[in-house]
Amino acid sequence: MSRIAAKFATLNASGKKAFVTYIMAGDPDYETSLEIMMGLPGAGVDIIELGLPFTDPMADGPTIQLAGQRALDNGMTLNRTLDMARHFRKTDNTTPIVLMGYYNPIYSHGVEQFLADAKDAGIDGLIVVDLPPEEDTELCLPALAAGIDFIRLATPTTDDHRLPTVLQNTSGFVYYVSITGITGAAAAEADNVGPEVARIKSATDLPIVVGFGIRTPERARDIAAISDGCVVGSAIVSEIGEGKSPADVLSFVESLASGAHSA
Amino acid sequence: MPEDLINSFMTGPDENGRFGDFGGRFVSETLMPLILALEAQYETAKTDQTFWDEMDFLWKHYVGRPSPLYFAERLTNHFGGAKIYLKRDELNHTGAHKINNVLGQIILARRMGKTRIIAETGAGQHGVATATVCAKFGLKCVVYMGAHDVERQKPNVFRMRLLGAEVVPVTSGRGTLKDAMNDALRDWVTNVHDTFYCIGTVAGPHPYPAMVRDFQSIIGKETREQMQEAEGRLPDTLIAAIGGGSNAMGLFYPFLDDPSVNIIGVEAGGKGVNDQMEHCASLTGGRPGVLHGNRTFLLQDGDGQILEGYSISAGLDYPGIGPEHSWLHEIGRAKYVSITDQEALAAFQLSCETEGIIPALEPSHALAHVAKIAPDLPADHLLVMNMCGRGDKDIFTVAGHLGVEMG
Repeated sequence: MSRIAAKFATLNASGKKAFVTYIMAGDPDYETSLEIMMGLPGAGVDIIELGLPFTDPMADGPTIQLAGQRALDNGMTLNRTLDMARHFRKTDNTTPIVLMGYYNPIYSHGVEQFLADAKDAGIDGLIVVDLPPEEDTELCLPALAAGIDFIRLATPTTDDHRLPTVLQNTSGFVYYVSITGITGAAAAEADNVGPEVARIKSATDLPIVVGFGIRTPERARDIAAISDGCVVGSAIVSEIGEGKSPADVLSFVESLASGAHSA
Repeated sequence: MPEDLINSFMTGPDENGRFGDFGGRFVSETLMPLILALEAQYETAKTDQTFWDEMDFLWKHYVGRPSPLYFAERLTNHFGGAKIYLKRDELNHTGAHKINNVLGQIILARRMGKTRIIAETGAGQHGVATATVCAKFGLKCVVYMGAHDVERQKPNVFRMRLLGAEVVPVTSGRGTLKDAMNDALRDWVTNVHDTFYCIGTVAGPHPYPAMVRDFQSIIGKETREQMQEAEGRLPDTLIAAIGGGSNAMGLFYPFLDDPSVNIIGVEAGGKGVNDQMEHCASLTGGRPGVLHGNRTFLLQDGDGQILEGYSISAGLDYPGIGPEHSWLHEIGRAKYVSITDQEALAAFQLSCETEGIIPALEPSHALAHVAKIAPDLPADHLLVMNMCGRGDKDIFTVAGHLGVEMG
């Protein structure tokens, strides 16, 4: 069983929802970012989304754009991002790591080489924002063949007609983007998200986690309550961007985790 | 793809939006249904005579088409070689070829019931054209423009505002055309229901590269007829400047299946195609990658991070190029060269002095390459250069480089 499947099985058994967090690898620098990452499971994080920095993050708001720039300015690369995962795996062999980013750095690295390196580094899944199902032959199918989950985003514009296409080669879990917009934008109301989650659930057995716009423990609880889990990204990244210490960042993460886990 | 297996160079893209390995639809899921809807709308319009009747009417009465194919006698004598014709798309309403495409997209937007138009712009020509057509049809218009370009293209910023458009200076990244395109995509993903993204060049996700090419192909179609009338035959060489490559694709496309026609695209060489990337020559100095919805040649570092590039011309200052150009480059149907800022500036002055035409800095790059090859060609060699824009917007930049103080 993959680390992602095992994690959801454990959460299910204890009646808990998944709390997923996003941090940008190498933000503000390699050491600080690694220290925060190492502390995430202890702060209650079930699945880590590790951002792969890119110069042109077209689906991200200013918070994550700036995080990527800080990381790149401090010398972050694809190889160093995988090094972070490799280092994390030395002491944690159960928390799933999902690499999230854009296709060009992966394409530039070479898809086969990337998959081998990612597998070796202990990466469990990929979210590649600019690879829709129409481009599955690029990375999705090779990743699945290599035993790495390919987690797709479903959005409010993914209608019933299109949903099967989006779900077809998706594995691990489905990430429902609760708003039309970029990361860090305003949140959707749980009342509006519930029916959408139900709609996707009726078409797949995969867990559905919901992200975009979740910034407080209360919102994390409300969203987790109507889904299989929630994702927080920009709210944490902006704490890092403000120069908070890893301990302060992790205590904020802990408050969000308790919100999500109280659902 | 072996050349002997190709029956035609004009059949692309395939159903996945690919020109060979280039092109495609590399966008987020939120946008995917939108570009599929646009593709369906465009496929319908393509064979709808009422659509083309409306285009033809506006091209004639609003834009002023056909643009002349002008025999540049003094330039021809100056170089003492090939017979030089200029396709005068700088005489179009709004001063450049950009409006050819904008009209098509805005008519589609109206058919789709969209009420808000967004666009990215570099030099401001596409922004001005979009603001113009939106004013004509009473549509709301928002133009994203890099903060650096807002500074160096002030006259066009004011023009857009006069035309009622909102100009948003983009400060993310380094504040040039690529960053403006990022922010336009961020706007689109947020305002999916009422907004139409009017892309200004032959790049972006399918169907944009093919659609923009088709709208700009009026340039090549007219050239073909006009040259037939003037000389009774096809031209021998076509030359056009390339940033994203829409004016070039428009001139080249109707001639792709005429093997006797040499096709040359001119990229911005900036300070020279060097390791410092002080240029925007994606084909000469880049390698294939994925950005802004398509796979194409890009300026990028070894880790796949996109580089900024540099050019005196804001309209060529883009690290990518349309995917069809990447394909034509790869299969060798078209040849691509680069011209430096200094060479372009010299050509700019030459055009002013010999023909009384103040060219934009973009076609000045094309003219600089004409200057390199025309003297060695025979007198019966017919060379067409696309004069795709006029230089009013550039006089401040040129004055700066010539050391002239203005106002």
